[in-house]
Amino acid sequence: MKGKTILVLTGGAIAALAAAIAVSYVGDGAAGENVSPTPGRNAELIDRGAYLAKLGDCAACHSIPGRPAFSGGLKMGTPIGAIYSTNITPDPTNGIGRFTLADFDRALRYGVAEGHSLYPAMPFTSYYNTKPEDVRALYAYFRYAVAPAEIPNRASDIPFPLSMRWPLTYWRWLFASKPTSFTAPAGLDGLQAQGAYFVDGLGHCGECHTPRNLFMQLKAVGRADGSQYLRGAVIESYFAPSLRSSGVGSLRDWSEEELVEFLRTGANSRGITFGSMSDVIIHSTQYMTEDDARSTARYLKSLGSPEQVGQSFVYDATSHRALKTGDASAEGAMVYLDNCAACHRPDGRGYERVFPALAGNPVVEAGSPDSVISIILQGSTSPRTAAAPAQFTMPAFAWRLSDVEVLQVANFVRSSWGNRGTQVKLQDVGRLRPGFMPR
Amino acid sequence: MTTPRKLKPVDAVIIGFGWTGAILAKTLTDAGLHVVALERGPARDTAPDFEYPRIADELRHGIRGELWQPLASETVTVRHAVNDTAVPYRKYGSFVLGNGVGGAGVHWNGMLWRASPEDLRFRSHIQERYGKHFIPPEMTIQDYPVSFEELEPHFDHFEKVCGTSGSAGNLRGTLRLGGNPFEGPRSDEFPTPPLPAIHAAQLFEKASAQLGYRAFPLPAANSSAAFTNPYGVRLGPCNLCGYCERFGCFLYSKASPQTTILPVLAARPNLEVRTGAYVTRILQDSSKKRATGVLYVDANGQELEQPADLVVLSAFQMHNVRLLLLSGIGTPYDPSTGTGVVGKNYAYQMCGITTAFFSEDTHINPFIGAGAAGLRAIDDFNSDHYDHSKVGFIGGATIYAGATGGRPIEQMLLPPTSPRWGAAWKAAIRRHYRHSAPVTLQGTVMSYRDRYLSLDPTYKDKYGIPLLRITFDWHDNEYRMAAYTASKMEEIVRHMKPQTQATLLLKPGNHYDTRIYQSTHTTGGAIMGSNPASSVINRYSQSWDLPNLFIYGASAFPQNIGYNPTGLLAGLAYFSADKLKSSYLKSPGPLVSA
Repeated sequence: MKGKTILVLTGGAIAALAAAIAVSYVGDGAAGENVSPTPGRNAELIDRGAYLAKLGDCAACHSIPGRPAFSGGLKMGTPIGAIYSTNITPDPTNGIGRFTLADFDRALRYGVAEGHSLYPAMPFTSYYNTKPEDVRALYAYFRYAVAPAEIPNRASDIPFPLSMRWPLTYWRWLFASKPTSFTAPAGLDGLQAQGAYFVDGLGHCGECHTPRNLFMQLKAVGRADGSQYLRGAVIESYFAPSLRSSGVGSLRDWSEEELVEFLRTGANSRGITFGSMSDVIIHSTQYMTEDDARSTARYLKSLGSPEQVGQSFVYDATSHRALKTGDASAEGAMVYLDNCAACHRPDGRGYERVFPALAGNPVVEAGSPDSVISIILQGSTSPRTAAAPAQFTMPAFAWRLSDVEVLQVANFVRSSWGNRGTQVKLQDVGRLRPGFMPR
Repeated sequence: MTTPRKLKPVDAVIIGFGWTGAILAKTLTDAGLHVVALERGPARDTAPDFEYPRIADELRHGIRGELWQPLASETVTVRHAVNDTAVPYRKYGSFVLGNGVGGAGVHWNGMLWRASPEDLRFRSHIQERYGKHFIPPEMTIQDYPVSFEELEPHFDHFEKVCGTSGSAGNLRGTLRLGGNPFEGPRSDEFPTPPLPAIHAAQLFEKASAQLGYRAFPLPAANSSAAFTNPYGVRLGPCNLCGYCERFGCFLYSKASPQTTILPVLAARPNLEVRTGAYVTRILQDSSKKRATGVLYVDANGQELEQPADLVVLSAFQMHNVRLLLLSGIGTPYDPSTGTGVVGKNYAYQMCGITTAFFSEDTHINPFIGAGAAGLRAIDDFNSDHYDHSKVGFIGGATIYAGATGGRPIEQMLLPPTSPRWGAAWKAAIRRHYRHSAPVTLQGTVMSYRDRYLSLDPTYKDKYGIPLLRITFDWHDNEYRMAAYTASKMEEIVRHMKPQTQATLLLKPGNHYDTRIYQSTHTTGGAIMGSNPASSVINRYSQSWDLPNLFIYGASAFPQNIGYNPTGLLAGLAYFSADKLKSSYLKSPGPLVSA
């Protein structure tokens, strides 16, 4: 009796599964892709496409050092095994040389290529709103201006049956935004709307800065979706800070001008980029036109909800006074003096665009301490850009500081000089200290 | 050895990737040339090589010299006189040689002086002021074939590249309080203000003023503020950590090629830097009128030929001279006849030190220090800034106060009467460490007929190639210079009111001793002049023999100055680089007719 039930249940499950697989192969709602005529070799269009490819930061995943541009091969870890970015050069066999404009659009905005669903590591979930004329420009660039590379794509390391892609189709149906041409959210002026187009589209800012839920979909894809939108999220061992202008650890105290400077150089008087944002600066935002950078900044600055703007950071000289007079009795103060103060100074103000200020720095004050802890453990190197050729490196301290010392100094910097960071827990340090690092 | 593999020709090859190599690499790649830089040592950058706190390790860097050229592979030999037999310099003492990308520009202190206007026409100046016969016949000093006014814009530019901190003493001809009153007119202020004087320098400043001397902040390539140089490269500010000399800077504030020029070269597709490349010869065509490239041994021991249209020789002073001699370029200098030019006019510096030992309520705290920033100097007794008619010598010294740090091995100052070991030594260290301060003189050394560089007949490097031989000892002129300037230094120290003071100074009878650090400012051997009979290069640093060979560095100095050499040698390099851009690259050939 019992055995029979199991058999029936198993049979039912197999039937349902088969049906699910079958359904995933038909009726994919990929209608509406760009079917305008194939663009010709138009220099202006190609230039625009090259610029948009930079804004979209295609190179971040599709180009790796030492190999032809856009020939793919970047290894990206997932919980079920590594996947590899693909060759998007116009090579007809290995790349996208046989793609029509509609095929290209389907991959870019719908997440479907050659009949199967793409892993959402490809941010089609953000690219979905790219304007048709911009899709054409991108297509023209990849078709005519990128050199074909005969480098085959590498299969993922994900074992069967997890390697089956059909569930991705369901994921896409359930979670990805319906591809559409960008329309400005209500209430934005022209410049803000231009910024929103970048932030929500090719810029795919939310892919890191908006938190995800259980099924890995973004909790918000636009400002209309509420407070989760761009409010900061943990990504790998860092916390991608809030891009909103409300509350502690947000961009509240950053001016539009400072945001423009940050996007184009990776640094401003308030901070220096770190983690994977450095790559974004190097490959993408340093190339932004003044106009695009400004519109992005203006849009982001419009994201402060008036009711929760909160207090501006106010510098408090108490910690500086104590350190200056030789009082290192505060927990973590001695660790700070021995390891940090040479560059960040006892007043926590650092040196503009060399060693970032810790006082009032939203990364230091953020709700999540992950970035502070990871930077202490791993160090950080500023990006080299055309506008800022000097690179500054903070060395790693994992070899030198115990978990308790990291905890103490992280708490010290998060609570000194007026900073309003919450207490760090010892297990946070343990969680972020990778296995290869000495303890 | 098998026939060297011939590589693809390039527009220019640079030998040695320190200060002048970096300056020329920038100039030539700016002009669109395809350039290969060959550096014998390893690649080096602030991160990870100079990272805090590992860099602040005196035993590893200050004593064992991990950043220096390993003497076991190649060194020099030294003898005092023409008929002596030279022996190898096996252990660092008298001077230290840089190695790797950045060269000696990594481990210098950052004392960034210009030459005085009269230094550049020293022979003429002395003869005009004191008469034709004032210069003794054995003293072979010469004029530079380039004037202070011509070099000034290039001094100024290099100071800006370095984020130099200081205070102008002569701004476009107007003397200004707080700067060096003896300097030539500057076209602009220093790019960053001076750091406040450290305590020893404050006491020196006060004592100097009492005696009527005018102390000023020592010009420091230790930036005092976060500063963006003309190439867009940002430097950090100096925090007086005390680890300049013999170390790389972890704060990005001491100017080095790494912190000022190399960041803009990093992504240039027309520059390739090959490290571990030991150049053994500059090649010439059969007519000996043109350099055709260089021969070098790579890190794997492979011998390679790098053909090039333009050869830039920008290694350390001694290595420049050795490579010319090994390559058979120019006539080697012969001290018996005074003819020939390669190796001629080797000179050095003579230094002295007076240490002030204060009572325990004077807190010197020597660990607060920098290579140059925070120090104070006087220039009253250098060059020909004072009347030499009665003093019995030519030249002089800068005198400056303050330690460059308070390192535990070499910067523990003790009175000569203190025991050198044991409990009494420890007690003396405890008593004096925080309460003592050095005042230093850095003096000129003239050039002489019997002081020169040549190839050693016996000793060879690890590839079996002859070492460079130094023939050098002090002359009476220098002992007298040191005695005179030291008397001034001691007088200043007395006015600083220490409990006791002690002077270390070379006296007649003290031979040149390679075991004792003097300075790394060795000069000459490939000197600059107005004609090929008396010099190796012309005013544009171009070889008289091979017009497509340019030679940079202190090897160009006809005699030595009482300043650190980097400002002058960088000024000469930029002056030459300008001419390369404006003339030579458009129409290669001799820039001065012989």
